[in-house]
Amino acid sequence: MQRLLFLVLMCVSCKLSAWEISGYAGVESLGFVHNPIDGSQHNHYLSGVVEADFYHDWDDGRQSFTFVPYFRFSQHDNRRTHFDIRELTWLKASEQWEIRVGIRKLFWGVTESQHLVDIINQRDIVENFDGEDKLGQPMINFALIQDWGTLDFFLLTGFRERTFSGKDGRMRPFPEIDVGNARYEKHGIDKHMAYALRWSHTVGDWDLGLSHFYGTNREPTLLAEADGSGQLRIIPYYEMIHQTAIDVQATTDSWLWKLEAMVRSGQGKTYFAATGGIEYSFYNVQNSGMDIGIVAEYLYDSRGQSQQTIFQDDIMTALRFGFNDVQSTEILAGVIFDRTNNAKFYNIEASRRLGDSWKIEVEARFFSGTQKKDPAYLFRHDDHIRAELSYHF
Amino acid sequence: MKILIQLLITSVLLSPLQLLAQTPEEQGLSIMQEAKKRNTGFGDTKVEMEMILRNKNGDESRRKMHQRTLEILDDGDKSLSIFDNPRDVKGTAFLSFSHPVDPDDQWLYLPALKRVKRIASNNKSGPFMGSEFAFEDLASQEVEKYSYKYLRDEPVDSANCFVVEAYPAYEHSGYTRVILWIDQNTYYTVKTEYYDRKNSLLKTQLFKNYQLYLDKFWRPDETHMQNNQNGKSTQLIFSHYQFNNGFTDRDFDKNTLKRAR
Repeated sequence: MQRLLFLVLMCVSCKLSAWEISGYAGVESLGFVHNPIDGSQHNHYLSGVVEADFYHDWDDGRQSFTFVPYFRFSQHDNRRTHFDIRELTWLKASEQWEIRVGIRKLFWGVTESQHLVDIINQRDIVENFDGEDKLGQPMINFALIQDWGTLDFFLLTGFRERTFSGKDGRMRPFPEIDVGNARYEKHGIDKHMAYALRWSHTVGDWDLGLSHFYGTNREPTLLAEADGSGQLRIIPYYEMIHQTAIDVQATTDSWLWKLEAMVRSGQGKTYFAATGGIEYSFYNVQNSGMDIGIVAEYLYDSRGQSQQTIFQDDIMTALRFGFNDVQSTEILAGVIFDRTNNAKFYNIEASRRLGDSWKIEVEARFFSGTQKKDPAYLFRHDDHIRAELSYHF
Repeated sequence: MKILIQLLITSVLLSPLQLLAQTPEEQGLSIMQEAKKRNTGFGDTKVEMEMILRNKNGDESRRKMHQRTLEILDDGDKSLSIFDNPRDVKGTAFLSFSHPVDPDDQWLYLPALKRVKRIASNNKSGPFMGSEFAFEDLASQEVEKYSYKYLRDEPVDSANCFVVEAYPAYEHSGYTRVILWIDQNTYYTVKTEYYDRKNSLLKTQLFKNYQLYLDKFWRPDETHMQNNQNGKSTQLIFSHYQFNNGFTDRDFDKNTLKRAR
């Protein structure tokens, strides 16, 4: 018996030692420049975050298991305090296919200003306004890998609602979005299931992607209505949509040419949206080791000036500085300019490693000239500076 | 019989004559082709790498990564590099298809965003991760990427070497020329000097402790890059070299890049 116990313990410890554990923990300061529109909001929020990555592979690396839990605690805003499983996936890879079962995050697309075709995961908007943080999506994904490209089949099992700031949080409409009363076009299993197909391939200088999605929209329509007592409420409404999209990048010399375009039906009238542009880089400028990149993109949405989109006829320009120093210092500074109503959105992001294991990130975001008809008007008081110091292990 | 003797004499006489008849450029090229030939057929490799960056004050910073390489006989090699340290870039992976003359194809995987980015391969002279190695120093060294000129024979320590000057034939190099000291027995590189665009000595690289793998292929345990202009240096240590991993093109595609660890 003792021997058996010893053997079991041996086995467990050898299993554990084969696990790779990494992640980070950080503290964040989120400060707003102007006083809030709503008295229950604050001017400064402190928060803490932790993400861990548990990884194990076997079968000569052809099978793996990944578990990534995530938690943010935010002062004041109880909706921003949230736990999520970013990943909990089993993967098996073979010569001509790969299968993944579980909760995952993935990315589709090529452009920088916005991510139109990236539809699989729900955005974790409370985490960061830029939408680059996403909630884990339960799925079964089968990828067929052939000479003519990779064909990915997705069965998305389980809908995740978009996260929004609570009553005490910033970056929200007034009143706050009534998350508890979210509505759906479909119910039961139909609400939860979505299906997607994507073909991707590289031909010479071209990287191509073609995708179709059918299921509950990740991006809700926001309905403003009066409740029984005549109070205004903003309700998220999730429709069933079809979305067909392409993403293309051509890479030639120092130029990247990018295009993302999509047609969506089911959310109001069928509409078309696209983002396209260039990225040009100067490397090792004046032998300083520094890279300077220029990004310019045009953002179009056929719905035009409406409550549904901020980026309907906008131009984004940005400069990216990569210092290539020991601390990996990087700065991205840009502006999105609305050609119809002259609103401007400024964004500066900088990051730098401190020592071997620490990292500091600073983001500053400012809105100017937003007009009442533009959804960006909601954020007219929400200019902010976010700084996060994190320890990576 | 007479003819045979005559043939023998001519062939004996001819071979040194032929060498003499070679221009320094042809000699340089044939030395590099021989070096390439001796390294041909390695198939694939897997290696762990540690970089130690040192500034003038002796402050150290370390990077760890591992790299898989697949030999492609009629084109440049394919390689996949995965970062382990510093921890904030852990999991970042870099896939490269090198080509003898055309620009390389390169993709970067950013694990936080789960994003694969095709990147321009014009970045030759920029520093790799803040080190004294430029991207072009770490790229797959294909014979066709340079033109050559044999300079002289010269010993380095106790090894007799060919000294060959190489001129980058690809665009955007940070060098006007590179001087290589190549061991006459083994044809591996013992020392390299890099001259910047103003043709002054920029960096000196030394290769140490070559080991023989599979009775045929030499790989150094360590290489040391000294910047002669700013006083900084980078030591690159290789360990756990493995050959015959059975890699295929599939181990070097975008799907593998996304799950590489």
